[in-house]
Amino acid sequence: MNLEALALGQEVGSRIFSFTRDSLVKYAGASGDFNPIHYRDDFAKSVGLEGVLAHGMLTMGAAVQVAVDWLGDSGKVIDYGVRFTKPVYVPLEGSAEVTVIGKIGAIDLENRTVRVDLTASCAEVAVLGKAQAVVKL
Amino acid sequence: MVNPNVQGKSYPETAVYLVGREKIREFAKAVFSSNPVNHDVFAAQAAGYTDLVAPPTFPVVIQEQSLQQALADKEADIDFSRVVHGDQRFITNRPIVAGDELTSVLTVALVKSLGAHSMVTFNTEIFDKNKSLICTAISTLVVRGEE
Repeated sequence: MNLEALALGQEVGSRIFSFTRDSLVKYAGASGDFNPIHYRDDFAKSVGLEGVLAHGMLTMGAAVQVAVDWLGDSGKVIDYGVRFTKPVYVPLEGSAEVTVIGKIGAIDLENRTVRVDLTASCAEVAVLGKAQAVVKL
Repeated sequence: MVNPNVQGKSYPETAVYLVGREKIREFAKAVFSSNPVNHDVFAAQAAGYTDLVAPPTFPVVIQEQSLQQALADKEADIDFSRVVHGDQRFITNRPIVAGDELTSVLTVALVKSLGAHSMVTFNTEIFDKNKSLICTAISTLVVRGEE
Protein backbone atom coordinates (compact mmCIF):
# COMPACT_ATOMS: atom_id res chain seq x y z
CA MET A 1 0.00 0.00 0.00
CA ASN A 2 1.25 3.46 -0.87
CA LEU A 3 1.18 5.47 2.35
CA GLU A 4 1.96 8.71 0.56
CA ALA A 5 -1.37 8.41 -1.27
CA LEU A 6 -3.36 8.32 1.98
CA ALA A 7 -4.87 11.47 3.41
CA LEU A 8 -5.88 12.31 6.96
CA GLY A 9 -9.63 12.05 7.38
CA GLN A 10 -9.98 9.80 4.36
CA GLU A 11 -12.67 7.16 4.84
CA VAL A 12 -11.38 3.59 4.57
CA GLY A 13 -14.71 1.85 4.83
CA SER A 14 -17.93 1.38 6.73
CA ARG A 15 -20.21 -1.46 7.76
CA ILE A 16 -23.55 -1.90 9.45
CA PHE A 17 -23.68 -4.81 11.91
CA SER A 18 -27.02 -6.30 12.95
CA PHE A 19 -26.81 -7.60 16.50
CA THR A 20 -29.57 -10.07 17.37
CA ARG A 21 -29.99 -12.23 20.46
CA ASP A 22 -28.42 -15.01 18.37
CA SER A 23 -25.32 -12.83 17.85
CA LEU A 24 -24.97 -12.43 21.62
CA VAL A 25 -25.28 -16.16 22.29
CA LYS A 26 -22.69 -16.90 19.61
CA TYR A 27 -20.33 -14.30 21.00
CA ALA A 28 -20.81 -15.58 24.57
CA GLY A 29 -19.82 -19.08 23.47
CA ALA A 30 -16.92 -17.92 21.33
CA SER A 31 -15.43 -15.63 23.97
CA GLY A 32 -16.30 -17.45 27.19
CA ASP A 33 -18.09 -14.40 28.61
CA PHE A 34 -21.29 -15.88 30.01
CA ASN A 35 -22.46 -12.90 32.05
CA PRO A 36 -26.29 -13.34 32.03
CA ILE A 37 -26.84 -9.62 31.35
CA HIS A 38 -26.11 -10.62 27.74
CA TYR A 39 -28.89 -13.20 27.42
CA ARG A 40 -31.45 -12.90 30.24
CA ASP A 41 -33.83 -9.95 30.44
CA ASP A 42 -34.92 -10.73 33.99
CA PHE A 43 -31.33 -10.80 35.20
CA ALA A 44 -30.38 -7.62 33.29
CA LYS A 45 -33.34 -5.77 34.80
CA SER A 46 -32.54 -7.04 38.30
CA VAL A 47 -29.17 -5.24 38.15
CA GLY A 48 -30.70 -1.98 36.94
CA LEU A 49 -30.28 -2.30 33.17
CA GLU A 50 -33.02 -1.62 30.61
CA GLY A 51 -32.65 -5.13 29.25
CA VAL A 52 -30.21 -7.45 27.53
CA LEU A 53 -27.21 -5.64 26.10
CA ALA A 54 -24.45 -6.65 23.71
CA HIS A 55 -21.03 -7.51 25.10
CA GLY A 56 -18.86 -4.40 24.74
CA MET A 57 -16.23 -6.76 23.38
CA LEU A 58 -18.61 -7.83 20.61
CA THR A 59 -18.95 -4.21 19.49
CA MET A 60 -15.18 -3.76 19.78
CA GLY A 61 -14.49 -6.97 17.84
CA ALA A 62 -16.95 -6.11 15.08
CA ALA A 63 -15.87 -2.46 14.75
CA VAL A 64 -12.24 -3.33 13.97
CA GLN A 65 -13.43 -5.41 11.01
CA VAL A 66 -13.78 -2.16 9.06
CA ALA A 67 -10.01 -1.63 9.41
CA VAL A 68 -9.33 -5.34 8.76
CA ASP A 69 -11.43 -5.34 5.57
CA TRP A 70 -9.44 -2.38 4.30
CA LEU A 71 -6.10 -4.05 5.14
CA GLY A 72 -7.07 -7.52 3.99
CA ASP A 73 -5.05 -9.03 6.88
CA SER A 74 -6.18 -9.01 10.51
CA GLY A 75 -2.62 -9.81 11.63
CA LYS A 76 -1.48 -6.30 10.79
CA VAL A 77 -3.40 -4.65 13.62
CA ILE A 78 -0.73 -3.96 16.25
CA ASP A 79 -2.56 -1.78 18.77
CA TYR A 80 -6.31 -1.44 19.24
CA GLY A 81 -8.14 0.30 22.04
CA VAL A 82 -11.66 1.57 22.75
CA ARG A 83 -13.75 3.11 25.49
CA PHE A 84 -17.24 1.78 26.06
CA THR A 85 -19.44 4.85 26.24
CA LYS A 86 -23.04 3.59 25.90
CA PRO A 87 -24.64 0.14 26.06
CA VAL A 88 -26.09 -1.44 22.91
CA TYR A 89 -29.46 -2.85 23.94
CA VAL A 90 -30.55 -5.79 21.82
CA PRO A 91 -34.29 -6.46 21.58
CA LEU A 92 -35.82 -9.92 21.95
CA GLU A 93 -37.06 -9.72 18.38
CA GLY A 94 -35.38 -7.84 15.58
CA SER A 95 -31.92 -6.37 15.96
CA ALA A 96 -29.78 -3.47 17.06
CA GLU A 97 -27.95 -1.90 14.13
CA VAL A 98 -24.43 -0.70 14.84
CA THR A 99 -22.91 1.53 12.16
CA VAL A 100 -19.12 1.69 12.02
CA ILE A 101 -17.09 4.12 9.93
CA GLY A 102 -13.30 4.05 9.68
CA LYS A 103 -11.16 7.05 8.80
CA ILE A 104 -7.43 7.68 8.63
CA GLY A 105 -6.47 9.38 11.91
CA ALA A 106 -2.68 9.47 11.65
CA ILE A 107 0.04 8.39 9.24
CA ASP A 108 3.59 7.56 10.32
CA LEU A 109 5.71 7.27 7.19
CA GLU A 110 8.88 6.36 9.08
CA ASN A 111 7.42 3.40 10.97
CA ARG A 112 4.94 2.58 8.19
CA THR A 113 1.97 2.62 10.54
CA VAL A 114 -1.46 4.13 10.05
CA ARG A 115 -4.00 4.85 12.76
CA VAL A 116 -7.57 4.11 11.76
CA ASP A 117 -10.13 5.97 13.87
CA LEU A 118 -13.42 4.15 14.17
CA THR A 119 -16.79 5.57 15.08
CA ALA A 120 -19.50 3.17 16.15
CA SER A 121 -23.06 4.27 16.70
CA CYS A 122 -26.42 2.71 17.40
CA ALA A 123 -29.60 4.76 16.86
CA GLU A 124 -27.33 7.79 16.24
CA VAL A 125 -25.68 7.48 19.66
CA ALA A 126 -21.94 6.81 19.88
CA VAL A 127 -21.34 3.49 21.63
CA LEU A 128 -17.55 3.51 21.47
CA GLY A 129 -15.20 6.36 22.30
CA LYS A 130 -11.63 6.87 21.16
CA ALA A 131 -11.72 3.67 19.12
CA GLN A 132 -8.35 3.58 17.40
CA ALA A 133 -6.60 0.78 15.58
CA VAL A 134 -2.95 1.15 14.64
CA VAL A 135 -1.99 -0.97 11.68
CA LYS A 136 1.44 -1.87 10.37
CA LEU A 137 1.80 -1.78 6.62
CA MET B 1 -15.26 -0.86 46.99
CA VAL B 2 -12.26 -2.53 45.42
CA ASN B 3 -9.42 -2.94 47.91
CA PRO B 4 -6.77 -0.35 46.90
CA ASN B 5 -4.06 -2.52 48.45
CA VAL B 6 -4.25 -4.98 45.55
CA GLN B 7 -2.71 -2.41 43.21
CA GLY B 8 0.51 -4.00 41.96
CA LYS B 9 -0.60 -7.53 42.83
CA SER B 10 0.15 -10.26 40.29
CA TYR B 11 -1.53 -13.63 40.02
CA PRO B 12 0.01 -17.01 39.15
CA GLU B 13 0.56 -17.87 35.49
CA THR B 14 -2.55 -19.42 33.96
CA ALA B 15 -2.67 -22.97 32.58
CA VAL B 16 -1.57 -23.45 28.97
CA TYR B 17 -4.27 -22.55 26.43
CA LEU B 18 -3.92 -24.34 23.09
CA VAL B 19 -5.36 -22.19 20.30
CA GLY B 20 -7.43 -24.34 17.97
CA ARG B 21 -8.44 -23.65 14.38
CA GLU B 22 -12.11 -24.18 15.06
CA LYS B 23 -12.00 -21.80 18.05
CA ILE B 24 -10.49 -19.13 15.79
CA ARG B 25 -13.18 -19.76 13.17
CA GLU B 26 -15.93 -19.67 15.80
CA PHE B 27 -14.61 -16.42 17.28
CA ALA B 28 -14.10 -14.88 13.82
CA LYS B 29 -17.71 -15.63 12.86
CA ALA B 30 -18.96 -14.22 16.15
CA VAL B 31 -17.24 -10.85 15.49
CA PHE B 32 -18.48 -10.72 11.88
CA SER B 33 -15.03 -11.23 10.34
CA SER B 34 -14.96 -11.93 6.64
CA ASN B 35 -11.16 -11.81 6.50
CA PRO B 36 -9.89 -15.02 4.81
CA VAL B 37 -6.81 -15.33 7.09
CA ASN B 38 -9.22 -15.98 10.00
CA HIS B 39 -11.10 -18.76 8.18
CA ASP B 40 -9.00 -20.34 5.44
CA VAL B 41 -5.67 -22.03 6.27
CA PHE B 42 -4.42 -21.66 2.68
CA ALA B 43 -5.18 -17.93 2.68
CA ALA B 44 -3.36 -17.55 6.00
CA GLN B 45 -0.33 -19.44 4.69
CA ALA B 46 -0.35 -17.43 1.47
CA ALA B 47 -0.18 -14.31 3.64
CA GLY B 48 2.90 -15.69 5.40
CA TYR B 49 1.42 -17.22 8.56
CA THR B 50 1.91 -20.77 9.76
CA ASP B 51 -1.81 -21.32 10.33
CA LEU B 52 -5.13 -19.50 10.82
CA VAL B 53 -4.74 -16.03 12.32
CA ALA B 54 -6.88 -15.04 15.31
CA PRO B 55 -8.85 -11.77 15.02
CA PRO B 56 -7.36 -8.70 16.81
CA THR B 57 -9.64 -9.03 19.85
CA PHE B 58 -9.16 -12.79 20.31
CA PRO B 59 -6.74 -12.26 23.25
CA VAL B 60 -9.87 -11.44 25.27
CA VAL B 61 -10.41 -15.21 25.52
CA ILE B 62 -7.13 -15.49 27.46
CA GLN B 63 -7.81 -12.29 29.39
CA GLU B 64 -11.20 -13.70 30.44
CA GLN B 65 -9.46 -16.68 32.05
CA SER B 66 -6.88 -14.57 33.84
CA LEU B 67 -9.52 -12.11 35.10
CA GLN B 68 -11.36 -14.96 36.79
CA GLN B 69 -8.45 -15.12 39.25
CA ALA B 70 -8.90 -11.52 40.33
CA LEU B 71 -12.70 -11.76 40.41
CA ALA B 72 -12.42 -14.81 42.69
CA ASP B 73 -9.84 -13.11 44.94
CA LYS B 74 -11.47 -12.19 48.25
CA GLU B 75 -8.69 -9.73 49.00
CA ALA B 76 -9.53 -7.72 45.85
CA ASP B 77 -13.24 -7.65 46.81
CA ILE B 78 -14.67 -7.04 43.32
CA ASP B 79 -18.46 -7.39 43.13
CA PHE B 80 -18.85 -8.84 39.62
CA SER B 81 -22.59 -8.14 39.49
CA ARG B 82 -21.75 -4.41 39.65
CA VAL B 83 -18.98 -4.48 37.06
CA VAL B 84 -19.16 -2.49 33.81
CA HIS B 85 -16.44 -2.68 31.16
CA GLY B 86 -14.89 0.79 30.92
CA ASP B 87 -12.20 0.43 28.32
CA GLN B 88 -10.05 -2.16 26.61
CA ARG B 89 -6.83 -2.20 24.65
CA PHE B 90 -4.66 -4.84 23.00
CA ILE B 91 -1.01 -4.13 22.24
CA THR B 92 0.12 -6.89 19.93
CA ASN B 93 3.70 -7.90 19.20
CA ARG B 94 2.60 -10.67 16.86
CA PRO B 95 -0.81 -12.07 16.01
CA ILE B 96 -2.02 -15.27 17.67
CA VAL B 97 -2.16 -18.22 15.27
CA ALA B 98 -3.70 -21.69 15.54
CA GLY B 99 -1.35 -24.04 17.34
CA ASP B 100 -0.09 -21.40 19.76
CA GLU B 101 0.27 -22.56 23.35
CA LEU B 102 -0.42 -19.51 25.48
CA THR B 103 -0.01 -18.64 29.12
CA SER B 104 -0.79 -15.36 30.82
CA VAL B 105 0.04 -13.35 33.90
CA LEU B 106 -2.45 -10.88 35.32
CA THR B 107 -1.36 -7.79 37.24
CA VAL B 108 -3.57 -5.20 38.90
CA ALA B 109 -2.11 -2.06 37.38
CA LEU B 110 -4.29 0.58 39.04
CA VAL B 111 -7.12 0.92 41.55
CA LYS B 112 -8.88 4.28 41.72
CA SER B 113 -12.02 5.50 43.39
CA LEU B 114 -14.35 7.99 41.77
CA GLY B 115 -16.92 8.92 44.37
CA ALA B 116 -18.88 5.77 45.16
CA HIS B 117 -17.42 3.93 42.16
CA SER B 118 -14.13 2.11 41.81
CA MET B 119 -12.05 1.72 38.70
CA VAL B 120 -9.61 -1.10 38.38
CA THR B 121 -7.18 -1.61 35.51
CA PHE B 122 -5.77 -5.06 34.79
CA ASN B 123 -2.83 -5.88 32.56
CA THR B 124 -2.78 -9.39 31.15
CA GLU B 125 0.53 -10.31 29.58
CA ILE B 126 0.17 -13.19 27.15
CA PHE B 127 3.17 -15.37 26.32
CA ASP B 128 3.78 -18.09 23.76
CA LYS B 129 5.54 -21.36 24.56
CA ASN B 130 8.95 -19.72 24.03
CA LYS B 131 7.98 -17.26 26.77
CA SER B 132 7.93 -14.39 24.28
CA LEU B 133 5.44 -11.68 25.13
CA ILE B 134 3.02 -11.63 22.22
CA CYS B 135 0.23 -9.40 23.52
CA THR B 136 -0.62 -7.16 26.45
CA ALA B 137 -4.36 -6.87 27.09
CA ILE B 138 -5.32 -3.87 29.22
CA SER B 139 -8.81 -3.80 30.67
CA THR B 140 -10.44 -1.24 32.92
CA LEU B 141 -13.51 -2.29 34.86
CA VAL B 142 -15.79 0.15 36.61
CA VAL B 143 -17.38 -1.25 39.76
CA ARG B 144 -20.53 0.71 40.50
CA GLY B 145 -20.96 1.70 44.12
CA GLU B 146 -24.07 0.83 46.18
CA GLU B 147 -26.82 3.40 45.73
